[in-house]
Amino acid sequence: MRLLGKYMLILLKSQMQYKTSFFLTALGQFLSSFSALLGIGFLMTRFRTVSSFSMEEVLLCYSVVTMAFALAECFFRGFDAVPAVLSQGEFDRILVRPRNVVFQVLAAKMEFTRVGRLLQAILVLCYALPKSGIQWNWDKILTLMFMIVGGVGVFSGLFLLFAGLCFFTVEGLEFMNVFTDGGREFGQYPLAVYGKEVLKFFTFVVPHALFQYYPLLYLTGRSDSKLYMLLPLLALWFWVPCLCVWKIGLRRYRSTGS
Amino acid sequence: MKAYAAYFRIRFTAGLQYRAAALAGVVTQFAWGFLSILLFAAFYRTDPASFPMGFSQLASYLWLRQAFLALFASWIFDGEIFSLIQSGSLAYELVRPLDVYAFWYVKNLALRLSRAVLRSFPILTVAALLPAPYGLSLPAGWDSFGLFLSSAVLSFLLVTAYCMLIYIATVYTLSPLGVRMVAVAVTDLLTGGIIPLPFFPDNVLAVLRFTPFAAMQDLPFRLYSGHVAAGEAAPALALQAFWLMALVVLGRAWLNRGLRKATIQGG
Repeated sequence: MRLLGKYMLILLKSQMQYKTSFFLTALGQFLSSFSALLGIGFLMTRFRTVSSFSMEEVLLCYSVVTMAFALAECFFRGFDAVPAVLSQGEFDRILVRPRNVVFQVLAAKMEFTRVGRLLQAILVLCYALPKSGIQWNWDKILTLMFMIVGGVGVFSGLFLLFAGLCFFTVEGLEFMNVFTDGGREFGQYPLAVYGKEVLKFFTFVVPHALFQYYPLLYLTGRSDSKLYMLLPLLALWFWVPCLCVWKIGLRRYRSTGS
Repeated sequence: MKAYAAYFRIRFTAGLQYRAAALAGVVTQFAWGFLSILLFAAFYRTDPASFPMGFSQLASYLWLRQAFLALFASWIFDGEIFSLIQSGSLAYELVRPLDVYAFWYVKNLALRLSRAVLRSFPILTVAALLPAPYGLSLPAGWDSFGLFLSSAVLSFLLVTAYCMLIYIATVYTLSPLGVRMVAVAVTDLLTGGIIPLPFFPDNVLAVLRFTPFAAMQDLPFRLYSGHVAAGEAAPALALQAFWLMALVVLGRAWLNRGLRKATIQGG
C-alpha cells in the first residue's frame, strides 16, 4: 500500500512537469464530456422524457456513469499499456520483479488528467441531486455510492479483460471499445431505453445495467426491492471471470523477445 | 500535378493494407449505429410529434454517418504530420520542391478515402438489409441522390481543409495536444457527430446553418433522404463551396506565414 502511494506520487509529479499540457488535456476531457452533456440537454428539452425517465433522472445516470468511467480510467488505464509492453518484449521485466503483476501494471500508469471529466460529473451530480425529486435517506445515499463503486468495478474489469486477451492476440483489440467507450456513451441513458434484448445483454453478458439501470429504479422509487440496491455490488463479481482470463493468459505467456 | 497524383496513389494503397483495423472499425461503427438508432427509437415512441424528421430519414442519416465516418469525421488526423512538426522533420517537407499545403492535403485525402473504401461497404450492405424503418432506405429520388453525391464530395474536401487548420495551428504551437482536443470536442458536436443537427434547438440551428460545420456532413445526409428537398439545395451547396474555398485560402495563407518563421525542433 505504501509502495502504491509512492508510485502515485511519482506519476503525479511527472505529469505535473508538463503543466500546460496537463491542464489542456484535462480541459479537453471536460469539453468532450460537456458536448455529450449538451447532446443530452438538447434531446431532453425537446422530448422532456424518454421512456418515462425525466431529464434529472437521465442526468443522474449520466453523472454516475461518467464518474465511474473517469475513476476507472484514472486508476486502471495501466492495462491499456499492456499490448505495447507485450509487443516490445518488456513484459519479462515485470515478471522478474518480486511484486504482484497486476499491481505493477497498474502502478506504471495513471491518468490524472481525467480529473476534467470527473469534475464535470460532480457538477452535474450537484445539479441533478436536489432537482431529481428523490426523497433521500441513508439507503439511497448508500445506493448511489454502490452505483459508483460498481461502475468503477465493471469498467476496470473490462480494461483487465482486454489486457488479458492481449496475451492471446499480442495486439490491442480495438472493437472492444464498444463495451468501454460505448458503455460510457450509451450508458448516459438508463439502459432499458434501448429495449429488452439490449438490457438483457447488458445485464448478463457485460453487467453495465447492474450498476446503472436497476439501482436507478430503486433510487427513483420505481421499485422498493432492496435487491436492486445491492446489485451494483454483485457487478463487482465481474472481476472474477476477467481475472481468470488474465491468469490463463499470463500462464501461456511467451515472450515476444528482443 | 503528376507528383501529387502519384503521392495520392501511394498513400491510398498503403492505407488499404490495414484490413484487420478496418474490420474492427466496421464492428465498432455498426454497434454504435445500432445503439444510436435504438436510442432515437425510444425518443420517437415517447413523443413522435417532436421528431424533426421522419424516422426512416433519421435511420438513413445515422447509417450514412457511421458508414462514411472515415470521410467526414472531424477527428481523423494523420499522426505522422503532427510528429514531423514536433520532431523537426518539418525541415524535410520544406526542402521538397512541392507545395507543403497541397502535399499534406493530398495525404489526408488518401488516408480518409482508403479507410472509407474498406469500411463503408460492409456497413452500407448490412444497414440496407435491416427492416424498415430501422435500416438505410433508398434515396428520395435520382435528383436527391445526385445532389447527395456532389454535396458529399464537397463535404469531404471541406472537412479535410478544416483539419489542415489544426495541423497548421500546430506549426505555431508545436504541441498538438491542446488545440486538437478542444477543436475535436467542439467540432464533433457542431457537425452533428453526437446528435444529428435537426435535433438542435431552433435558435441554435438558425445560426449553425450558416457555419462551415453544418456543411461538413449534415447537408449531404439530409439531401439523401430528401429532408432538404432537391429544389432547395442550390443555396446550401453554394454555401458549402464558398466555405471550402474560404478555408483553403485561409489555410494556405496561414501556413505560409507560419512556415516563414517556423521553428525547426531538434537537431
